[in-house]
Amino acid sequence: MNLNLTRQEFKSILPRFALVAVVLIIVGVMSFLSPVFMTSKNMTNIFRQISINGIIAVGMTFVILLGDIDLSVGAVVGVVSVFCGNLLEQGMNWFAVCLVALGVAVIFGIFNGTLVAYFNFQPFVATLATLTIGRGVALAYSDGRPYIITNPTFKAIGQGYLGKVPIPVVILLSVCVVGFVILNYTTFGRYFFAVGGNKNAARLSGVKTKRVEMSAYIISAICACIVGLILSARISSGQPNAGEGYELDAIAAVAIGGTSMNGGVGSLGGTLLGFIMIGLLSNSMNLLNINSFYQQIVKGCLIIIAVYVDMKSKGDKK
Amino acid sequence: MSDENYLLEAREICKTFSGVRVLDHAGLTVLPGEVHALMGENGAGKSTLMKIIMGIYTKDSGNVLMEGQEVDFKGPREALIAGISMIHQELSPIPEMTVAENIFLGREKKAVKGLPFMDRKAVNKSTKHLLDKYEVSDYIKPTMKMKTLNIAQVQMVEIIKAVSYDSKILIMDEPTSSLSDKESEVLFKIIANLRAQKVGIIYISHRMAEVFQISDRISVLRDGHFIGCVDTATASHQELINMMVGRELERGYPHNTAEKGDVVIELKDMCSEGVFEHVNLSVRAGEILGLAGLVGAGRSEVMQALVGYDKLDSGEIYLQGKRIEIHHPSDAIKHHIIIASEDRKELGLVFGRSIRENIALQNLSQVSAGSFLKKPLEKTLCKKYAKEMTIKMNNIEEDIGSLSGGNQQKAVLAKCLMSKPKVLIMDEPTRGIDVGAKSTIYNIMIELAKQGIAIIMISSELPELIGVADRILVMAGGKVMGELTDRAEFSQHTILSMAFGGVPNES
Repeated sequence: MNLNLTRQEFKSILPRFALVAVVLIIVGVMSFLSPVFMTSKNMTNIFRQISINGIIAVGMTFVILLGDIDLSVGAVVGVVSVFCGNLLEQGMNWFAVCLVALGVAVIFGIFNGTLVAYFNFQPFVATLATLTIGRGVALAYSDGRPYIITNPTFKAIGQGYLGKVPIPVVILLSVCVVGFVILNYTTFGRYFFAVGGNKNAARLSGVKTKRVEMSAYIISAICACIVGLILSARISSGQPNAGEGYELDAIAAVAIGGTSMNGGVGSLGGTLLGFIMIGLLSNSMNLLNINSFYQQIVKGCLIIIAVYVDMKSKGDKK
Repeated sequence: MSDENYLLEAREICKTFSGVRVLDHAGLTVLPGEVHALMGENGAGKSTLMKIIMGIYTKDSGNVLMEGQEVDFKGPREALIAGISMIHQELSPIPEMTVAENIFLGREKKAVKGLPFMDRKAVNKSTKHLLDKYEVSDYIKPTMKMKTLNIAQVQMVEIIKAVSYDSKILIMDEPTSSLSDKESEVLFKIIANLRAQKVGIIYISHRMAEVFQISDRISVLRDGHFIGCVDTATASHQELINMMVGRELERGYPHNTAEKGDVVIELKDMCSEGVFEHVNLSVRAGEILGLAGLVGAGRSEVMQALVGYDKLDSGEIYLQGKRIEIHHPSDAIKHHIIIASEDRKELGLVFGRSIRENIALQNLSQVSAGSFLKKPLEKTLCKKYAKEMTIKMNNIEEDIGSLSGGNQQKAVLAKCLMSKPKVLIMDEPTRGIDVGAKSTIYNIMIELAKQGIAIIMISSELPELIGVADRILVMAGGKVMGELTDRAEFSQHTILSMAFGGVPNES
């Protein structure tokens, strides 16, 4: 990017700067207020927490770029968790377990994609149904009880380190990089912006729009699967209720990051800032001993402010 | 004529948008019961002036007077109450509502005073009354849902909605751009009716013939300046064109001198139930085939089925003698059969994305290796095609929606050309664009024909078809009614009588 930005370009990156600025301000203020904040232990902690929401938010970005939504991700986390728990209990190899989990998640993605792309269900309704079915599957499969995970290699996915970096953070970074490359450097990624911006025009331009929609849900389900693996490994347990409400945190991160719910406009960089901000804020409030109930209120207000700033900057064209 | 007689007078209006002066001491006067045509190239400031009168934009300086009183509307609602309504170029009906609900939106009649229940019967009755009055009740019913109407019918409803406010002044921005000739006639009847009721009408149009047909006076804007106002009775085409472009413009249309080669594309027995049937046509290299017909004749539908956008029940497509199958627009693009759609907003462009992304969209295979984009190459190529089409822009990364209509159309063509078409389908290529951009587009068409491209041109402007096409096929009701192969026999009369059902010399 050159430095001679036009007014319009400047306007469009302004909210991104605002997000970066807010993130820096939080960091600055917190390092004053709390001696624990800037320690490497706390930073590691923050990023480990962020990785869960972050990975789902990356997948969610693909779906929301199309103007769609995927409410089923939390349920997919639950299903993956109980499958892993059970299969590991039965002594299956950890890698095989991961593959099975991936397969199950992809089936959920295909299910969503089929309903939306081929049967013209509204994404909200289709994935709400999948959410309900998925949670039901997780509870029925496990009979509502958790499995205990003892396999040390599997547990490392959630608890281990690569050098000094927790493995979930390594996975988060990899997911972000892969997502970024797909969206910005491949033809396939370009199609998401085109289909989200104008599905009919994209189709007339030769884009296989149904396939693009289908793959968005598969990508989202795969991200949910990865989170299911990390979460089960971290808590050493296959929980049927794992991942409850995760869809909403992910949608919040995407919205804060400036991706339009109408599709066509947005970026993974924005989503990245969105989930970092949410993570930083809840960690800060924890350190300051602010009751978690208030944290919810703050998060809600944050969404409104961020989206408002974003709308303002885009609405200038009128 | 003294000032007091003016129904509306705009004086010395100035307006600047982000440093660019779009109106420079521009003005306009309207008498009661007159049709005042407003002409000028795209970007001349016509729409801006209208929006200032309506209170959609605020003016920097100048005055607007209505019946001698200075007015300053804060928004279209106030203008409407004062008696000015406007029919926009871009229509905005609510698809799920009925015709009656749309017309009375915001002023529904209440079943019981004070309670929020609509008196459906009364609303339908008033609507029926209006539809009868303007003689369109044969094909528009008050209870029809807006989404079931075609563009022309929607436009009728919008016009009737506007006049139903008992406006003293009605502004029409390109009202006939999506109407067939017959439908335009209905519109002109409505206008005559309004004129008799002493309504002042401001009529923005690019169509010279209809301006001469219906207007009393014609004002011309150029680059935000008021150039002049002439009485229609004494004005000539050439005079007006000179006023608009400020220089001598060649009359007529460029002739396609390209050498005709072998048949490039041939369609046999194309059918789609309820839309079109048994359509046969073929086009040679270097040839421009014109498709004439009224709106709804099935011309665009055949072409959209050809490129795989709409479904095709039966029919065979031959490209350079070889049978090909097209199931999806991507197949058509692979075979270099490219369409520039009539509907830029719905089918042509992705608004909110950059000019570069829009031009590249159907040509990503040219600027990628495998799945990976070669971004610098993409930018270079898109810039090249944008330059070839003389798109006026600051930067190729600009939102495509920020371009003017004519430049958006050029962007659509840039995208098509980048696909290296063997067959180029141009659906209403000059709709809603100014005189200068039109002749650029004709010249481009002929340039492409010279390169051996087979061109199919759909147009509702007969003079344009007659002027540019080598051969004309007339469609009506989903069928091909006839073919005119000899340029000498091209005439509006023959084409129209075929388009109305193939009975020439009916009168």
